[in-house]
Amino acid sequence: MTPLLAVDRLRVEFPTRHGTLVAVDGVSLSIAPGEVLGVVGESGAGKSLTGAAIIGLIDPPGRIGAGEVRLGDRRIDNLAPEEMRRVRGREIGAVFQDPLTSLNPLYTIGRQLVETITTHLDLSMRAARRRALDLLGEVGIPAPERRFHHYPHQFSGGMRQRVVIALALAAQPKLIIADEPTTALDVSIQAQIIALLKRLCREHGAAVMLITHDMGVIAETADRVAVMYAGRVVEVGPVADVIHRPQHPYSKGLMGSIPSIVAEREELAQIEGVMPRLDAIPPGCAFHPRCPCAFDRCKKERPELMNAGATRSACWLVVQ
Amino acid sequence: MKGSGNGRALVELVDVAKTFDVSPPLLNRLLEGKSRALLRAVNGVDMAIARGETFGLVGESGCGKSTVARLIVGLYRPTRGQIRYDGKRIDNLGAAPALRRNMQMIFQDPYASLNPRWRVAEIIAEPLRTHANGDALAKKDIEERVGGLLRQVGLAPADGEKYPHQFSGGQRQRISIARALAGRPAFLVCDEPTSALDVSVQAQVLNLMRKLQRDMGLTYLFISHNLAVVHHIADRVAVMYLGRVVEQAPTKRLFGFPQHPYTRMLLDAVPDLELSGKARTAVAGEVPNPLSPPRGCAFHPRCPYANERCRNEIPKLKPARGWGGEMTDVACHGVEEGRIPARMTLHA
Repeated sequence: MTPLLAVDRLRVEFPTRHGTLVAVDGVSLSIAPGEVLGVVGESGAGKSLTGAAIIGLIDPPGRIGAGEVRLGDRRIDNLAPEEMRRVRGREIGAVFQDPLTSLNPLYTIGRQLVETITTHLDLSMRAARRRALDLLGEVGIPAPERRFHHYPHQFSGGMRQRVVIALALAAQPKLIIADEPTTALDVSIQAQIIALLKRLCREHGAAVMLITHDMGVIAETADRVAVMYAGRVVEVGPVADVIHRPQHPYSKGLMGSIPSIVAEREELAQIEGVMPRLDAIPPGCAFHPRCPCAFDRCKKERPELMNAGATRSACWLVVQ
Repeated sequence: MKGSGNGRALVELVDVAKTFDVSPPLLNRLLEGKSRALLRAVNGVDMAIARGETFGLVGESGCGKSTVARLIVGLYRPTRGQIRYDGKRIDNLGAAPALRRNMQMIFQDPYASLNPRWRVAEIIAEPLRTHANGDALAKKDIEERVGGLLRQVGLAPADGEKYPHQFSGGQRQRISIARALAGRPAFLVCDEPTSALDVSVQAQVLNLMRKLQRDMGLTYLFISHNLAVVHHIADRVAVMYLGRVVEQAPTKRLFGFPQHPYTRMLLDAVPDLELSGKARTAVAGEVPNPLSPPRGCAFHPRCPYANERCRNEIPKLKPARGWGGEMTDVACHGVEEGRIPARMTLHA
């Protein structure tokens, strides 16, 4: 099956006075139609920038330095801004962390929905309005007719995120990029939003790229997961394998450091040190200074993703 | 360490309440006929924290858990009730200063809680200077002590010469901990200390906090919205909802045999890393507006077991016989009347 989205050796860089910083360094990913791909990593790993690069929202002076992004059989990383705007919303929907910043505080949510719908779909105002009301009902907003005329500040955080999801789905895109969609919400609301996102994407047949630092959310939602570290994908595979049988030492450390409400542990696994800054990414494998199993080759040669059990891991231990 | 307070509690809250007046200005009230608005952030909380234990406090945003922290360390004064440290009242200003030296607070945001213009050594030395009991410590003693504290939290004494911006979030939280420990406190109030950190860094800080507790016999009040973190670190846990404690029990019992419907709901909402395939019970509804809390039990609009009594009468926190005959403190009419089905969670 041809993937819905194929990212090939994507590189995002920021020119500075002291040289070029590479924030995303040769990332390759693919998402099949209807699939949920989780992208997990700690702050600064480049996961959000990868998502932003796919929808063409890298702020200058940042730029895509190399690689390509294909949606179906069409290349989208080199589109003119005007064309990209049509792809965004129509073919790729986006949900961001803070629902308050993705909504315009000066317009009613009804107006924002109708505007999005009429921009992307050829519908009359009446039909667009009906569709907007349907969407609000679908995302679980009580009394849509009344809420239609309300402003974003009149909604709670969870309700706002529902509105943002309605906006993302408005034009029936094939792919949703969700960047930390539940991070700003309380756990009980988080569960509601995740369940909603899952159900709607299944019903609409949309694929999801779910970017988050929360392994729990990934475990519940994703089919496959990619683990990022210092701008690179270090491991990718089916979600159960990456969580329970991680191959890369970084993924192992990451999984071990998550406290659980099930297991009783005296000490959490600890990865010593911190992720390197962008201007000081070590040569070879970027993880080697913190890796308990690093050997000579790791310091010199950069490992690519290799088959390792059920997953693919960018680690020299695989061929050792 | 595990103990349910044999002997006297180190920190004790008796029927503590804090009400904020959020009324519109007088003129608006007179002209526009608006009424007074009182926000009951904490509404009659009883709590006893034993020496040497980690007491976890969980709840969703706006439940009053941070207000409890601020009341204990004296950043707010309670509207009602008593707060005692080692048996002595600390809620009135008179007696406080000497006792307050025994408690310190660690905040959530290590970027906001350190003065960016001060060197780390000055930041850590400040409590030594202000709490020095009048007799100034010699410069050399302070330097030595600061170096020792930095080593204790896993940094190098030379790091004292740097500024906060030169450190990562996790290292900054270590600096906050070193500053908190400078005055040799016995009791630390930690308000979401790891919520702003990445998981691997969170693990480093949690492990450090455990080690310091073992080495120095510290008592922690650990506040978090993250149930897994509290499960990992706490000996006993209290769950708060809209300004009240709804359930309180030793950690194992609370996670293994939760009684209150809200506690069960919270536990069900935690994403399941074990991939057991259990469907998360999507909980209907949201936390009500604290300015106009529901009558009776504040949780009744979201509770599947609510009846007439729940809608009218506020339940008190009472010991209830839980699974295996062990006692758990629960504030729920349903549990008291035995109409809530017993349940064991996966988390036992």
